[in-house]
Amino acid sequence: MSLSPNAGAQPGAVNGASNSVSLTLMVNGKRYELALDPRSTLLDVLRERLDLTGTKKGCDQGQCGACTVLIDGRRVVSCLTLAVMMDGASIITIEGLAKDGILHPLQQAFIDHDAFQCGYCTPGQICSAVGLITEGKAKTPEQIRELMSGNICRCGAYTNIVAAIQQAMGRS
Amino acid sequence: MIIFQYSRAVNVADAVRQMAATPDAKFVAGGTNLVDLMKMEVERPAKLIDVTRLPLDKVEEIAGGGLRIGALVRNSDLAYHTVVERRYPMLSSALLAGASQQLRNMASVGGNLLQRTRCAYFYDIATPCNKRKSGAGCSAMGGLNRMNAILGTSEACIAVHPSDMCVALAVLEAKVHVSGPRGEREIPFADFHRLPGDTPQRETNLGAGELITSVELPARGFDTHYTYLKIRDRLSYAFALVSVAVGLEFNDGTIREARFALGGVAHKPWRRAEAEAALRGKPASETAFAEAADLALRNAQGFGHNDFKIGLARRTIIRALSQAAHGTPQSQSNKKIA
Repeated sequence: MSLSPNAGAQPGAVNGASNSVSLTLMVNGKRYELALDPRSTLLDVLRERLDLTGTKKGCDQGQCGACTVLIDGRRVVSCLTLAVMMDGASIITIEGLAKDGILHPLQQAFIDHDAFQCGYCTPGQICSAVGLITEGKAKTPEQIRELMSGNICRCGAYTNIVAAIQQAMGRS
Repeated sequence: MIIFQYSRAVNVADAVRQMAATPDAKFVAGGTNLVDLMKMEVERPAKLIDVTRLPLDKVEEIAGGGLRIGALVRNSDLAYHTVVERRYPMLSSALLAGASQQLRNMASVGGNLLQRTRCAYFYDIATPCNKRKSGAGCSAMGGLNRMNAILGTSEACIAVHPSDMCVALAVLEAKVHVSGPRGEREIPFADFHRLPGDTPQRETNLGAGELITSVELPARGFDTHYTYLKIRDRLSYAFALVSVAVGLEFNDGTIREARFALGGVAHKPWRRAEAEAALRGKPASETAFAEAADLALRNAQGFGHNDFKIGLARRTIIRALSQAAHGTPQSQSNKKIA
C-alpha cells in the first residue's frame, strides 16, 4: 500500500501545513479566506472556524437535515460537504436570512405557526424550506411533506411546519 | 477520517492521469456516499480527485433519439429535466423516490451508479465483512439481515445495491460511458454492476482508474405504460425493501414489449429475461403478472429476517405491472398505491 505524506497521523491530529488547502468562501455575503484541512466538512467550518453556530450538527451522516444550508441557492447537507470543494461558492446559513433586523418570511411563519418545540432542527428546516420555495416544485401539503422529508423533527412539529411553509409560499 | 491529499481535475484526461499516478485515490463529486464512508473509515483513500469542475453537466438529446446525461448532472436536475419528465418519466420518478431533496441536489449521476451498499455490517468496521476484507466472513448471514438480498446472493455476501435510479436505468437499457488509461469505452447497463460471487469487494466492472463520463439512454423511454413503485419502512427518505421499475408497450391490447427490474433485493438491479418474455404477446392480466413475478423470483432465498421480502416482492411486481398496464404510475408525492 502506498502511503500519503501524512499517513500515520491519527485522525483529528493537528494538520501539517503541506496538506492544507487555501480557499475562499462567501458566507452570508461576507468573504472568508481560509486554509483548511481537506477533511473539514462545511458544517464544522461554519461552526468551529466562522463561529456560525446556527447550523446544527445532528446525525453528521446526512440523515437528519439539521445541518441544511444553501450553496449557490440550492439546499444541501453541510455535514457531507467537504469545504475544500466549495472554493468560490456562496453559502447562506440561517444567520444570513434576516435582513436589517427583519425576519425572513419563513422565520416569521415558523413563529406564527409555532412550528417547533425544542428548536434544534429549526435552522435546517427553515433553510430547507427556503430551497423548497426557490425550487417551486411543491404546491400541495403532500408535496411539501415529500420534499421536506430530508428534515427530521423528533418533537414531531411537522403539521405546524407544513402550515408555516404554506404561509410563506403564499407570500413569495 | 484519515488524512488525505486533495486535488482538482481540470479536464477528463487530467482526472484519468491523476488517478493513474495515485492508484489508491478516489474520484469525488457529490460526496454524499463517499464522505460518509470516509467518516466511518470504511473508505480510506490517500487522495481525493475532485471532478466537479469537469464539463460533464449537460443533458443532451442525441442522434437516433436518445439522451446523453453527463456524469455530473445532479440527481435533482435530472429528475426535473423537461425531456426526462416527458420522455423518460420512469427515470424521473425513480430519482424522486431516492434520498432527500438535499441529497439529490448534491448527488451526481456517476456517483449514484457507484453507491456502495448500506448493509449495516459493511458500515460497522468492528464486524467482519467480506466487502471490506476479503475472507473475513459475512456478518449479515445469520445476523440482522432484514434489509439484505434474496436473489443472486453468494456465500460471501448478501448485500443489496441501494440505488433507485439504477433500477430505472436497467429497464431503460442505458449505456455507461467511461474514460480510462486505455481510452474510452461503453458498458451496457446490465454488465455494469456485478453479483457478489466470491469477490463482493468488486461491485462494478469499471476498470482500474476509469471515470464515468456519461450515461446514455436509448430512444425507447416507455412514456405511457410505466411505473416506479418503491416499498419501504416509511413513506419517504428510506431505502427500498423492494422496488420495481416497469416499462410496457402494447399493440392492440397485447403486450408487445415488457421490461421490469427490482431494487432492494440483489447486489444489482434485478432483471430476468424469461420473466419479461413470459409477458410478451399476452393481454394484461393478473394471472400473467403473477406468472412473470414467479419467474423473476425463481430461486429467491431469504436469510431469516428478510424472508418476508419474497412475498412482498411478488406482490409488488404484480402491483407495479398493473399500474404500468393501466397507465396509472405511482405518484412520488401522494403515496397511496394505485
